[in-house]
Amino acid sequence: MTHILKPQFRHPKLRTNALGLTRRDYEGVISTLCAGCGHDSVTAALVEACFDMELPAHRVAKMSGIGCSSKTTNYFLNRSHGFNSVHGRMPSIATGANLANRDLVYLGVSGDGDTASIGLGQFCHAVRRRVNMLYICENNGTYGLTKGQFSATNDRASKNRRGMETPFDSIDLCNMAIELGAGFVARAFSGDKAQLVPLIKAGLHYRGFALIDVISPCVTFNNHTTSTKSYDYVRDHNHMVGRLDLVPEREEITAEYEPGTSADVTLHDGAQMKLSKLDESYDPTDMETALPVLERYKKRGEIATGVLYIDDREQDLHDLIGTTNQPLNEVPADALCPGSSALDAINDAHR
Amino acid sequence: MDKTDVTDPDYFHKVVDCQWACPAHTPVPEYIRLIAHGRYTDAFMINWESNVFPGILGRTCDRPCEPACRRGRIEDKPVAICRLKRVAADNRGPIDDRLPPIPAFKNGKRVALIGAGPASLTVARDLMPLGYDCVLIERDPQGGGLMRKNIPSFRLPVDVLDEEVGRVLDMGVTTRFGTEITSLQSVLDEGFDAVFVGTGAPRGKDLRVPGREEADDNIHIGIDFLSSVSFKHIDAIGKRVVVIGGGNTAMDCCRTALRLGAESVTVTVRSPRADMKASDWEIEDAEREGIPILDNHSPKEFILTDGRLTAVVFERMRAEYDDTGRRRLIPTGEPDVVIECDDVLMAVGQDNAFPWIERDAGIEFNDWEQPVVDRQTFQSTRPGVFFGGDAAWGPENIIWAVAHGHQAAISIDLYCRGEDLNDRPPPEVNLVSQKMGIHEWSYDNDVSNEQRRIVPHVDPALSLRDLSMEVELGFDVQQAVDEAMRCLNCDIQTVFTDQLCIECDACMDICPVDCINFTQNLEEPDLRETLRVPAMNHEQALYVSGDLNTGRVMVKDEDVCLHCGLCAERCPTGAWDMQKFFFFDAKAQPEPTREQPNAA
Repeated sequence: MTHILKPQFRHPKLRTNALGLTRRDYEGVISTLCAGCGHDSVTAALVEACFDMELPAHRVAKMSGIGCSSKTTNYFLNRSHGFNSVHGRMPSIATGANLANRDLVYLGVSGDGDTASIGLGQFCHAVRRRVNMLYICENNGTYGLTKGQFSATNDRASKNRRGMETPFDSIDLCNMAIELGAGFVARAFSGDKAQLVPLIKAGLHYRGFALIDVISPCVTFNNHTTSTKSYDYVRDHNHMVGRLDLVPEREEITAEYEPGTSADVTLHDGAQMKLSKLDESYDPTDMETALPVLERYKKRGEIATGVLYIDDREQDLHDLIGTTNQPLNEVPADALCPGSSALDAINDAHR
Repeated sequence: MDKTDVTDPDYFHKVVDCQWACPAHTPVPEYIRLIAHGRYTDAFMINWESNVFPGILGRTCDRPCEPACRRGRIEDKPVAICRLKRVAADNRGPIDDRLPPIPAFKNGKRVALIGAGPASLTVARDLMPLGYDCVLIERDPQGGGLMRKNIPSFRLPVDVLDEEVGRVLDMGVTTRFGTEITSLQSVLDEGFDAVFVGTGAPRGKDLRVPGREEADDNIHIGIDFLSSVSFKHIDAIGKRVVVIGGGNTAMDCCRTALRLGAESVTVTVRSPRADMKASDWEIEDAEREGIPILDNHSPKEFILTDGRLTAVVFERMRAEYDDTGRRRLIPTGEPDVVIECDDVLMAVGQDNAFPWIERDAGIEFNDWEQPVVDRQTFQSTRPGVFFGGDAAWGPENIIWAVAHGHQAAISIDLYCRGEDLNDRPPPEVNLVSQKMGIHEWSYDNDVSNEQRRIVPHVDPALSLRDLSMEVELGFDVQQAVDEAMRCLNCDIQTVFTDQLCIECDACMDICPVDCINFTQNLEEPDLRETLRVPAMNHEQALYVSGDLNTGRVMVKDEDVCLHCGLCAERCPTGAWDMQKFFFFDAKAQPEPTREQPNAA
């Protein structure tokens, strides 16, 4: 572990965004993860994305559970809100927070243990409730914090460091999320920020449940030659199904796309998602054709990355249950708690 | 871009900006670390080996290292390198047992050193341990040259000067002080094996304006004035003094005049203040003593009343720069300025001068009456006669004279051994890992946020009355440690091994100053533009790796690297390592033994 604080000095020519902040203003404390951990790259991508989006730190709530991945919320946006929950229970906390204050940007960071093992039930319900949040699963296929046991996302073909195989099939979080009604589902690789940063931005813009399953190698326990989640394996087997360009509303679209090769999705806030296809057979807006294609990739041991599914309806929990449009802390006290006469009226209606 | 060749010593040497900028290439970060550790004697010896006069230079050096200091590019002020050097000299312990032994049996070669300034003394320092018999010939009664004559003792105490000059003379140098040479031929006739001319630039320039000759009694050439004060031939000056000139000599003149009893001293400069040749800190010191500096004032006439100087008339000027940056000074047309005065000190530059060298002695002179001297070997057109210091190419400063002296000594040694002067000995270079544990280094990589420490001064009420009271008190130990910790350890190099890199981006993500990039390789101008922070300081190199597995390359912009080692700490495979680069410029060396030791 690094013993020194990260020096305060920054490059004198470092770019600032419209808020007058530099990328370094979006950082947190120095990482205590193993050197070379993929999670640190995800952290850096989050910093980059939030800087580019000019997000004010106080409008963001960082939610996490337990695990190496869940520690990382301490390493970025150190001026944001945050909640580090019980193991696997981050989706509940995020759901509650979101119901109470719908105006914050909810960013959940979790891992394969926190999401696919102890927290699987929680995860499923957050997806089907379409909680408006970006849920990032830093997926390394191993329980790094407890010294490298197989996790539920470890592929059957992937052996551990001693050559042992797992007898169980892996859980594919993306497939599951698509089936459960997530509106935005993507997969990425921590070692490719050019792909990851636009995906994070799109996920943060999206209203509804957005999942990015980031394959994020564990350098200590799962980066050997027989692992399917090592840097080398993921680089060799990474198949991008599409390339995403995200254009914020206020910017003009300047890039040219060949007709028929890209699908355009305009998000609720006016941002344009330009999805250019790299795999002709893949249509991320059509669940029925997309799922079998993903299955084929998986069978071949390939990793499909990019936007895997997008639902342009952008529905979230508040839309589904018809809650108030304001955060609760902005609802006047007499409306928030109308008094015993209002309660009596409700009770009378049920008598 | 091609892969960077880090086996070329120049590559990492250039990263150590201070050392690269120093004419003598003193290993600055190394001695600063030693000061931080309280190892003053070791720090002193590194300096002494490299620049001969640590105590003198720690007060008076022109400090080309400081504007070069990397710290000055990440915050306002560079490390106070010069003042730290003085700390080493002030606090050192005895060093007698560390000085090189002087052979009792000489090698039979005699070398004449003309002029006892820093250049000649450096040659003597380098040649005496090799067994040469050095004869130092000097016009003045004591050694030291301009260091004694032109630097006032309130900046450089005489005991410091005597000690460091004496350390060289005590090696057994034969001195002929008080001997003015009027003929080079007479020296050559003595049959020396080599002659070194280190006579400096002793001739002060003059200004020919109306009234100059008539007022001669009260107009003094700056360096002659300083030297007369130094040798106590002058101990008073008029009440009102005007100093003409904007260099360091002018600053010394005005402050000296103040101490000799002048009540008002004014410095006038022809050019705009920004173009003044004096070092910023010397200007500051003069102004702190209440001396006004009037820029854009060009002397036009000296006014005499009853045959005595009473005023100087100045024309107001302004500077214009043409497309090539060449400056022209143009009168503004404003009314002239008249400054009343009793004495004028003229410090408008100086030249080397060789009226004592016969033009038929085989030494070629150019159109400007300057000797033709080889830039690498310091040899004149007459084999065996060498030049160095200000005598070679005009006024520079002490540290350049030292650098020249080292090189000339190498040449003289090669010449006396009958070897090729262009076959220079290589520098001593070393590169070694500083890794001590998983995240532990043998240097302190925690970058200090402290501001530059200011050197305390003695109370001006006292110092302005005493010509020999040193104005600067020097850092105390705590200030020295605080200042030393500001050094970024630029000699601890970030060394990258392509084959070990797994491209996890950890180094790029952690780097606090965005030096490190993984990107497609391009030609240098394009590559510089495309980095995370474009590398627009073209004086600083890009460190480019070979092709990595993904076809990209690692590109590091050396410009503002803090040498904090976080890239190496966050690297899982040891592709980055922090390695100490030690560079020691070659000096004249003992002749290598012919027999090689048996490898078996």
